[in-house]
Amino acid sequence: MSDTVAGAPATFGAKGYPAALEWVARRAEAFVIPIVALIVGMVLFSLFILAVGKSPIQLYETMWRGGFGSWFSVQNSLSRAAPLLLAALCVALPARLGLVVIGGEGAIVLGGVAAAAAGTAFSGAPSFIVILVMGVAGMAAGGIWIGAVGALRHYRAVNETISSLLMANIAIALMNQLVEGPLRDPASLNKPSTQPLADIYRIGNMPGMEVHWGLAVGVVACVLSWVLIEKTRWGFAARIAGGNVRAAQVQGLAVGSLIVGFTGLAGAFAGLAGMLEVAAVQGSANASLAAGYGYTGILVAFLARHNPLAIIPVAFLLGGIDASGGLIQRRMDLPDATVLVLQGMLFVVILFSETLYGRFKAFNPDLWQRSR
Amino acid sequence: MDATEIGLWGVPLAILGGAIRVSTPFIFVSLGEAITERSGRINLGLEGTLVFGAMSAYAVAVMTGSPWLGLLAAAFAGLCFGLFHGWICKFPKVNDIAIGIALMLFGSGLAFFFGKPFIQPSAPDLPAIPFGAWSDIPQVQAALDVNVLFLIGAALAAFLWWAFRNTRAGLILRVVGDSSDAARAMGLNPNTVRLAATGVGGALAGIGGAYLSLYYPGSWTEGISSGQGLMAVALVIFARWNPLGCFAAALLFGGAGALGPALQSVGVTQGYYLFYAAPYILTLVIMIATSSPSRSLAGAPGELSITK
Repeated sequence: MSDTVAGAPATFGAKGYPAALEWVARRAEAFVIPIVALIVGMVLFSLFILAVGKSPIQLYETMWRGGFGSWFSVQNSLSRAAPLLLAALCVALPARLGLVVIGGEGAIVLGGVAAAAAGTAFSGAPSFIVILVMGVAGMAAGGIWIGAVGALRHYRAVNETISSLLMANIAIALMNQLVEGPLRDPASLNKPSTQPLADIYRIGNMPGMEVHWGLAVGVVACVLSWVLIEKTRWGFAARIAGGNVRAAQVQGLAVGSLIVGFTGLAGAFAGLAGMLEVAAVQGSANASLAAGYGYTGILVAFLARHNPLAIIPVAFLLGGIDASGGLIQRRMDLPDATVLVLQGMLFVVILFSETLYGRFKAFNPDLWQRSR
Repeated sequence: MDATEIGLWGVPLAILGGAIRVSTPFIFVSLGEAITERSGRINLGLEGTLVFGAMSAYAVAVMTGSPWLGLLAAAFAGLCFGLFHGWICKFPKVNDIAIGIALMLFGSGLAFFFGKPFIQPSAPDLPAIPFGAWSDIPQVQAALDVNVLFLIGAALAAFLWWAFRNTRAGLILRVVGDSSDAARAMGLNPNTVRLAATGVGGALAGIGGAYLSLYYPGSWTEGISSGQGLMAVALVIFARWNPLGCFAAALLFGGAGALGPALQSVGVTQGYYLFYAAPYILTLVIMIATSSPSRSLAGAPGELSITK
């Protein structure tokens, strides 16, 4: 960061202001701008709700009650946040390298199918081994899928946004083919699924709450990702490569391995989300795996500005908004797509706010007038 | 109406018919995207525009009884979405790809929001021309029932191909797309040109949506688009930003999409879903084969972020 902060003992910065004030000012930008943008987005959404003749106050009150107001609704929101944490990491990690990967849905779907297949194949083994194997299978499938996107990007210059999108559609077709064909449980008539997992191979809830262990896994994954990006040399190298590939190569960084490694890890997290969806929620792999978590994860990652720690509260927020959709529909006679409109508005406003960074003197002590 | 009556001939016929029927939204969205991308921007939000266009076309057609007014409404709605994308992307540090993803979500959300009351009623269809009337075979008649929008799309592709090369507007568009600096040196404002190009692209995507809800499949549901708006973006790259190529690629994508159902109708059910993925696999393979780390894609506009 700045040299005034690095030289911690100095109580006054170069401009004569208290160093602590400068320290706060430099960091405030990353909090103030997204929060103000979030508020602006909610105000715009209020205008929209007013325009269709409903009360925004009642809407936000209902949203609070449906998503955050009681222990029951908080648990519901947390359950929905769990896959979003991992899906968002699938966007945030490649973003550190300057890559826009939007095909996490494909890794989720294939991770789920691979986990279900592994669970069936190892049926009979002790439960912790089966769950471990399922996790590894899901992460491997997702990691290979998104890692391939990274490899194509680096070695063939194939645009990662388009290729990940194409591969997400291919993955969904592949899942349908496998679930309707070789992996199909003949007993699943209306909704083709794989063999249901035995109860001992299912992942249960965390003690004292109705939220499955996937939430803890997601939070740990976010914290580990933050450490990887902020505290290790690989994370540092990735940020350099994300800024300027040529500069990174001149420095002797193995950009190819970095890209494949980061995208592979990103895909592994998304694959893990699919595995959890199978092992903790569905009990088998079927078309419900493509529920759009991958796409909401994009929104979460962008709202969190690709900071893995910020993903945790943002995923909870969006999980809560998502969870309140049903209540809004019933209480206010609004379509269930109301929350989609809100999400879309927040997304646009947050992206627009990117243009504001670095524009305000208040956040940049180097531009302050010397105090008299 | 059993395809086996005319034997295996039913397969190519069904593919042809499917290609004509399914490809029309692809044609419009990809032509719109080609115009936008030629100006140096990419709008991934056309998927949302397509869905919103489908909804607004259907709603207006239900309320007024005229499918053509519905079409107009869809084009206007698409124009608004496109202009919004074009306007917001002129600000520094605003990423056009990310804004596109956001608008995809926003457009579909708005369409579902306002489209709820229109899921039940039925709207008048856009007319089709029975080119197959000479034949007694129902499959031939079905395959050659060509919607007017398909013909308009074909004409538009040819016109754009000509206009990109031979008109002042086409030249301006290409200059802006290839180099913002060169455009500024010529006294052009790249942002204004891109705003117009994105607006027109959005309007065409809206028309593509109108085709979905007013002709095939011909009703408004929330699952009306199976990702045509997104595939069209890949399709434009596949077509090398050439409008005639877009038309051909749209037919190919439509035909590939019809392959699965056509084979199923003659009893080939193996790999049904993989056939569904055929267009995506095709696009990916072609992108891999033609991309290279040492040069940008042939024919790519120089300012386009996705090919840098």
